[in-house]
Amino acid sequence: MAKKSADAIKAAKDHWSQKFLRKDFKLLPERLPAFTTVSGFPIEEPLCTPADLADTDYLRDIGFPGEYPYTRGAYPSMYRGRLWTMRQFAGYGTAEETNKRFKYLLKKGQTGLSTAFDLPTLMGYDSDHPLSKGEVGRCGVAIDSLADMEALFKDIPLDKITTSMTINAPASVIFAMYIAVAEKKRIPPARLGGTLQNDILKEYIAQKEWIYPPRQSIRLITDTISYCVQNVPKWHPISISGYHIREAGSSAVQELAFTLADGLTYVDACIKAGMKIDAFAGRLSFFFNSHNDFFEEIAKYRAARRIWAREIKKRYKPKEAQSVQMRFHTQTAGCSLTAQQPYNNIMRTTIQALAAVLGGTQSLHTNSMDETLALPSERAVTMALRTQQIIAHESGVANAIDPLGGSYFVEALTNKMEEEVYAYFKKIDRLGGMVEAIGQGYPQREIARSAQWYQQAIEKKEKIIVGMNEFTEQEEPLEVMKIGPEVEKKQARAVQAVRKKRGRRKWEASLKKLKETAEGDENLMPSLIEAVKAYATVGEISSALKEVFGEYKEPALF
Amino acid sequence: MNTKSRRFSKNKIRVLLAKAGLDGHDRGIKVIAMALRDAGMEVIYLGLRRTPEEIVNAALEEDVDCIGVSLLSGAHNVLYPEIASLMKKKGLADKPLIGGGIIPEEDMARLRKKGVAKFFTPGAKTEDIVRFIEGAVRKK
Amino acid sequence: MKKLLKELFKGDKSAASRLISLVENDEEKGKSIMKELKPFLGRAHLVGITGAAGSGKSTLIHGLVGLLRKSGKKVGVIAIDPTSPLTGGALLGDRIRMQGHEKDKDVFIRSMAAREGVGGLSKAATRAASVLDAFGMEVVLIETTGVGQSETAVKDVVHTVVVVLTPGLGDDVQMMKAGLMEIGDIFVVNKGDLKNAETIAKELEDLAAMLPQREKKPPIIVTTATEEKGIERLLMAIMAQRTERMEIKALLK
Repeated sequence: MAKKSADAIKAAKDHWSQKFLRKDFKLLPERLPAFTTVSGFPIEEPLCTPADLADTDYLRDIGFPGEYPYTRGAYPSMYRGRLWTMRQFAGYGTAEETNKRFKYLLKKGQTGLSTAFDLPTLMGYDSDHPLSKGEVGRCGVAIDSLADMEALFKDIPLDKITTSMTINAPASVIFAMYIAVAEKKRIPPARLGGTLQNDILKEYIAQKEWIYPPRQSIRLITDTISYCVQNVPKWHPISISGYHIREAGSSAVQELAFTLADGLTYVDACIKAGMKIDAFAGRLSFFFNSHNDFFEEIAKYRAARRIWAREIKKRYKPKEAQSVQMRFHTQTAGCSLTAQQPYNNIMRTTIQALAAVLGGTQSLHTNSMDETLALPSERAVTMALRTQQIIAHESGVANAIDPLGGSYFVEALTNKMEEEVYAYFKKIDRLGGMVEAIGQGYPQREIARSAQWYQQAIEKKEKIIVGMNEFTEQEEPLEVMKIGPEVEKKQARAVQAVRKKRGRRKWEASLKKLKETAEGDENLMPSLIEAVKAYATVGEISSALKEVFGEYKEPALF
Repeated sequence: MNTKSRRFSKNKIRVLLAKAGLDGHDRGIKVIAMALRDAGMEVIYLGLRRTPEEIVNAALEEDVDCIGVSLLSGAHNVLYPEIASLMKKKGLADKPLIGGGIIPEEDMARLRKKGVAKFFTPGAKTEDIVRFIEGAVRKK
Repeated sequence: MKKLLKELFKGDKSAASRLISLVENDEEKGKSIMKELKPFLGRAHLVGITGAAGSGKSTLIHGLVGLLRKSGKKVGVIAIDPTSPLTGGALLGDRIRMQGHEKDKDVFIRSMAAREGVGGLSKAATRAASVLDAFGMEVVLIETTGVGQSETAVKDVVHTVVVVLTPGLGDDVQMMKAGLMEIGDIFVVNKGDLKNAETIAKELEDLAAMLPQREKKPPIIVTTATEEKGIERLLMAIMAQRTERMEIKALLK
């Protein structure tokens, strides 16, 4: 904008501020000693004007959806062409039970599947492993072998729906099983669409569900990406995640900075592994959190797209437009939900879902209101889905593309967040990159500090959480979903039966081949697919790889 | 005892904190560890995925005044009773075992009968935890 | 107390634990416990492991404990972390890296806060080491955070001082100049997989050669504790010094 007009507006605003705003504050002082977003980002300016965007060039910095720098959206037509995918995370008990829940959600209007696995599966243990005691089927579905995977997707047309699988350390094993199941259904890998989370760096930083050390884990990831580039081109082999980083207590800026830094680390690793940027960059996807601060989240998504596009362009000079285009899935913030007055969580989730939509997400999961107490009940998960449907069909926000684009406040906040992210990039570079920074505990410490700050702010009532530290009530306990101990017994018996039934020679040979491949540098996916087809279990495969890769031990950092 | 006198006192309260079960969510327990340290206590933090044997052996060697175990994976009905019974076996039954995480009300009631002194669940304040531990230790 | 001592000699971990608490908290009781224990001391090789936070000491110790147990030796570990000057509390997290020995009655690990110890080893830590000595431990590894000059007091208490450095943790050469070069009996450059490791090892060798008062060159060992590389050599270096160091200590008493 022309300097003269910016100056004129600034002058007019100062006048308004002195003459009117200040007078108002004399009668009604500012409501809080300081205004910050939920994650502590200061909002000093009560009102934004075009002058705050004086240095912003519309065509250069904001642009058009589906075009560099993608601030306004990943695709040109956005929700005018097609709504975001409503993809509710589901999984518990045995594969048969989750298969039922999958079919239920598809019938209720969900448009894609998202799979939650139980902790033993996520950590690479079979259901009858001593460490699995009490854990089987509780946080997700128990998958021990290909037999379970077959049951999970029974009667589900894998060529017609897309499936997201939230698993990291043993992601390539589960992916191998998915491909094998599709093969049995006579569906070639080229027709498979979906996402594998497969992001180990955020595990070391935040979720802490790891098995192998960093270098070997990154190799598994680049192998999966390379395999997809060649054989499963419609698949997103990685979902670079900020969700968990936020859940661990980070601020919005930290969530953004660490996620993007992780992403750039993976891109570097793929290039080092010999891939060309245009071959794989378009298949990368992201996964963000949507927390309570409405505008901070929207600004975060817009900044994310712009920063990613700029950095990929600058560092790798791709030729394809797709290579710099960021697509992401969003989940509403689990850590914002309260156990007290759980019905309030429906309203929180609605606001968070709306922010994700106005931020241009490609797919969305909305949390259920009872998730601070247990896995969601059928009724609660249906309400969560209805939240998305009401936003999509009744609120009108999907009728115009990027309707908040041009808002002085939102654009100014987007710019500010971007600045802060670059400050983090500098710090991480100085430490030698993300892997080194993680080794030194840098992101972990930053997150722990934010978490501590947030908890203290709540205890001091500087941040109000309705129903928890203010507006509290005496309450009746809610009926919640329960997973009985029979799941564990059933699953343990099932995996033992699989071990007895399978062909011993084929199984032994496949594990031997797997270990040999792991010791070399050939792509591991083919030998993983052979191993799962021989009905090697998740635990057996993970142990075999542990023998070659070693095991990651939790660092003594605080 | 207030923070100032605690700072210079010789008899510090020692607390063992650990996560049991397979999940890796340590946000809460780390916030608590820092709060206990800020209240003048010595906190031995054992980390993620510790077995009941590891937890109780550490509590024994460290001669702690209190054991705090956080569990967010759903395995609480199996693991808390195991820890409590091991504590009894090793002569630590007089130390309070406190729990935290995602635990339904009726399970909490049953686990309290099996040896968990108190549960601190989502929404609990760190100052309440500090006060509880100080109270429990003073009683002895 | 008499009962505790009896239990201690019977090998009861609980008694050892209670006695360490007593010597840590009570000056009078501590003194009389030390008196009772005096005739039973002298078996344990006290090894101080010092180095900056983040240098990997805990992982190294974990590796050493594993090897020592394989050779049948009883091992005690005392891990010392700083006390917060503001609150008097402490976060003792070294045990995270020392897991796996919970069923072993011949391993005893104790975390201690530095409390008023300004540097080096507090009287409490020294007494705790004596309790473990009397308990029957043949080697007691004492982990402390080296903060330059203040760690030199370690040398007065232990038989062998191991100094741990890593590439990239600030100016390691400065640390050398701050007095650790004189007190270190063995030097370890950990995180040997990083590119500067060999350079630092070389720098150390040059510095060691310059010191006049050393007749024998101190061993400089490169390790990668997380991959269990170099730990055996470190242990051999420690054990090689055991007899000599313990004799010297006994003479100096």
